[in-house]
Amino acid sequence: MASGTELTPTSYIDHHLTYLTTQVSEGSFWVLHVDTLITSLILGVISFGFIWLIVRKATPGVPSKSQAFVELAVEFIDNEVKNTFHGNRHVLVAPLALTVFIWVLMMNAMDILPIDIMAWITENVFGLHNWKIVPTTDVNTTFALALSIWFLMIFFNLKVKGFGGWMHELFCTPFGKNPLLWILNLLFNFIEYVSKPLSHSLRLFGNIYAGEIIFLLLGMWAATGVSGTIFGSILGAGWAIFHILIVTLQAFIFMMLTVVYISMAHESH
Amino acid sequence: MNINFTLISQAIAFSVFIWFTVKFVWPPLLRAIEERQKTIADGLAAGERGRHELELASQRSSDVLKEAKQRASEIILQAEKRATEIVEEAKRTAKEEGDRIITGAKADISHEVFSAKEALRQHAAQLAIAGAEKILRREVDAKAHADILIAIEEDLK
Repeated sequence: MASGTELTPTSYIDHHLTYLTTQVSEGSFWVLHVDTLITSLILGVISFGFIWLIVRKATPGVPSKSQAFVELAVEFIDNEVKNTFHGNRHVLVAPLALTVFIWVLMMNAMDILPIDIMAWITENVFGLHNWKIVPTTDVNTTFALALSIWFLMIFFNLKVKGFGGWMHELFCTPFGKNPLLWILNLLFNFIEYVSKPLSHSLRLFGNIYAGEIIFLLLGMWAATGVSGTIFGSILGAGWAIFHILIVTLQAFIFMMLTVVYISMAHESH
Repeated sequence: MNINFTLISQAIAFSVFIWFTVKFVWPPLLRAIEERQKTIADGLAAGERGRHELELASQRSSDVLKEAKQRASEIILQAEKRATEIVEEAKRTAKEEGDRIITGAKADISHEVFSAKEALRQHAAQLAIAGAEKILRREVDAKAHADILIAIEEDLK
């Protein structure tokens, strides 16, 4: 696919893993992955726009089929949240869970689209040589989500328990109130607070990234000859079918962890 | 795999989507769902109430029916009693009337007997006087013995 250059396994994988970047400002941090941002924005606008269009005409009477579909998703998420979160979930937590689930699901689902066909379309229709179609294989996306939720977690810790209450929790749990244990408690909580966003984001990133790599490897195998093409196609189809599960499951896990973290911020020990 | 400005832009996009969902997606849909749940709950409650009322109504109707039957039998009983009373009274009246007729008849009869006896007595007296006249005509002057004749006649009356 890499136009102009010779197609080797290295250049093939390199091409698929290269972002379309733009330099916002000076410095290595101020790089923007245009493909990640634009794809995720388009997906978000499409899915939330679709839901909004249906919700705008929502009727308490007999719902239309599309409204029933949206209600199905919303009630599924609402039930999950209800089982975990014991405050007034309608203010933020439940809609937040809906946002996370729908958006992550849509971004993950891009992984199922045939990777080389999508690359061909972006190159030949839109004239973009590098375009990563799956936003969740960008660690920036998953970190952005996980860190936003992490800040919400801190915010609710402060809001519900107050600064003193939160400090008390940091120093006196999980091992006990004894001043000798304060350092140990703090260390433990520190590790927990660091590991939460890391595991939250890297789990999603790792699963989807690994899935994409396997598609790439199968694609490479398909280029090696007739038998490679046959087996590569069969295994690719199988992996794509299995990926439907992974895509949904990872979106669900990400949403559940979001709800659990924010619930934990609301509950004092 | 390098952290860069994409993270911040994605976080901003994320917060905008959260805001949108919280503000425009969740509340109207939740309202619709809750309103429908309320409608369904009301409907179910109304159905339950209707069933209960039907039960009460059938209970009431059977009560009314029972009472009506009881009243009917009471009325029949009373009517029968009244009928016997009427028959008894009619009998009594008839008997009284019969007695009265009999008494009247007896009085008539005794009166007749009395008048017959009177007439007979008159005849007998006249016959006796006539007989006595015939006898006395030969030997007694009627005029001279008129007071005796009258006395006899008085006796015979």
